[in-house]
Amino acid sequence: MNDTIVAISDVSKRYAGAVQPALAGVSLDIRRNEFFTLLGPSGCGKTTLLRLIAGFGMPDSGQISLDGKLLGQTPPNLRPINTVFQSYALFPHMSVAENIGFGLEMLGQPRETVRSRVTEMLRLVRLEGMGERRPAQLSGGQQQRVALARALAPAPKVLLLDEPLSALDLKLRREMQIELKRLQTETGITFVFVTHDQEEALAMSDRLAVMRDGVVMQVGSPENLYDRPANLFVAEFIGEANFWNATCLERSGAGGRFAIGTSKAVMPVAEAQGLAEGAKAVLVVRPERITLGAAEPGLLHGTVETAVYRGSDLVVHAALAGGGELRARLPGSIAAAGLIGTATGFAFPADAVRVFPA
Amino acid sequence: MNEARHPLRLPGTAVLAALAMLFLYVPIIVLVVLSFNASDMTTIWTGFSLHWYAQALGNDTMLVAIGNSLTVAAAATVLATAAATSAALGIARSGGRVRTAVEGLLGLPLLIPEIVTAVALLMLFVLVGVRLGLMSVILAHTVFCIPFAYYPIRSRLAALDPALGEAASDLYAPAWRRFLRIELPLLAPGIFAGALLAFISSLGDFVITYFVAGPGATTLPVYIYGMIRTGITPEVNALSTLLLLASVAVVAIVFRSGTTPANQTRGEKTS
Ligand SMILES: Nc1ncnc2c1ncn2[C@@H]1O[C@H](COP(=O)(O)OP(=O)(O)OP(=O)(O)O)[C@@H](O)[C@H]1O
Ligand SMILES: [Mg+2]
Repeated sequence: MNDTIVAISDVSKRYAGAVQPALAGVSLDIRRNEFFTLLGPSGCGKTTLLRLIAGFGMPDSGQISLDGKLLGQTPPNLRPINTVFQSYALFPHMSVAENIGFGLEMLGQPRETVRSRVTEMLRLVRLEGMGERRPAQLSGGQQQRVALARALAPAPKVLLLDEPLSALDLKLRREMQIELKRLQTETGITFVFVTHDQEEALAMSDRLAVMRDGVVMQVGSPENLYDRPANLFVAEFIGEANFWNATCLERSGAGGRFAIGTSKAVMPVAEAQGLAEGAKAVLVVRPERITLGAAEPGLLHGTVETAVYRGSDLVVHAALAGGGELRARLPGSIAAAGLIGTATGFAFPADAVRVFPA
Repeated sequence: MNEARHPLRLPGTAVLAALAMLFLYVPIIVLVVLSFNASDMTTIWTGFSLHWYAQALGNDTMLVAIGNSLTVAAAATVLATAAATSAALGIARSGGRVRTAVEGLLGLPLLIPEIVTAVALLMLFVLVGVRLGLMSVILAHTVFCIPFAYYPIRSRLAALDPALGEAASDLYAPAWRRFLRIELPLLAPGIFAGALLAFISSLGDFVITYFVAGPGATTLPVYIYGMIRTGITPEVNALSTLLLLASVAVVAIVFRSGTTPANQTRGEKTS
């Protein structure tokens, strides 16, 4: 089931009057039946890419194909792709049922088929009995569900969702994340989901693409991007991490040994390809990979400044001996009181470190 | 209490406002009251009577004039509203400078003295060879009604979320079905209001009609003017009151049916 359904190849787009292109040579393969996420900061081109897939606007160069067929100039109404708009864009003068049935009606489905499909969709998004209401008579979360049902009703090959959860409060957002994931699994439709919330992206996606300034920085599974970020931008954007300036002391095999800052701490690193001895580098370590160690020479030393108990874990901030800061996520069973103000040694395994040229 | 501290709240403005209202409405009230006067001396009240209404409505020439007025107003309203709607939709799609320029040009006729438009249209009709009659009046009315119809439609369109049209296209609606199912119903209150303004402007127009109406194309205002030249009779008052009543009735009908959907969609946008 790993075949490509949407192939985007070298797509560029610049809006009239803009200096920077909104998309600069984007290539992506979106697979059939996957939950694919476009993640990136505001203005990186996520909406632009989604609109090009839907058919609202054409790429300046490059191509998009659906199921192996080039989309070219095909207008939106002839693409078997539906969109959940950020503002929902529910038709205010139609009932919920008319909204949901609109796509099927336009496709010329018989009235009976439309009616039964609408009932089915109302059940799917848990809005049974609300078909006769107007969108204005629904809460934000319910409107969101109607927008989803309306886009899913014609059973499109691909469903595009542009920050569909951004207008909801945190609790509702969590609920809808689970709901969306359930709908995607149940319908088996390919979802292309846009968000700038990295937690949401990690939680929901089968695979995701991190974008910046119209360029794709990395594509992969959530685990892949979290554990093996391809560059500093992805490392910073996804999850929390420590970033330490370091110097390469010695290379051996794939890895090497690095001195952090001006301290005497020398840390072994499992993978350090492309860095020569003496090169300046940035070491990246996730806070949960750090453990407490004895204050031995060669280890990272610091003074704990704050330790916040969070139930499952203890979040520790420390000032490093050679300058710089450290953030660690220790097991919640460690007592905070004994740590604060004390000089402590910190350790992490060699394979927990990602190294990038500075 | 707060109002008293408002910087623009000068002493005496309330009195001035009341005087202005009085000035606006006293003549109309006098007109209506005198239309029920039994005397044939226009300005001396002798008793209540519907005599002048009976006489006005029994006057065949006058009935023809009313018929002409309604025909012209109906035709001009349909034509001007259709033109204004397409203009609003077309201009909305074009951007920036083009839009500003075209909107300015559309609004300009509202500022041009009516007499200038009247003379210009008369010259045009003579030049092109349009025979003066009902047709020329309808054409002329269509022209000056377009800006009246345009603005309510335009402001309604500005409040319309463009994502709604996109959503319809996204859901497989071809352009014409999208227009009929989404844009048209949502613009309806604006189109209605525009048509109403056009209808009333047409119904009450005198100057332009007077210039471009040929024989047999006399409208009610032109007919009333003709009557006044031979002296103001209470029949003129009765006629004017009927015209006033017709205008107010149209406004009332449209506001009743027109404001409800408008409020509904506005509520949705904020929720
Ligand atoms: N219609 C437009 N005309 C001109 N420039 C535009 C237009 N739409 C977007 N842009 C620009 O293109 C770039 C990409 O915009 P886009 O809306 O795709 O970003 P985004 O990733 O969706 O951002 P956000 O998270 O804020 O929605 C931005 O720099 C934006 O300013
Ligand atoms: Mg966006």
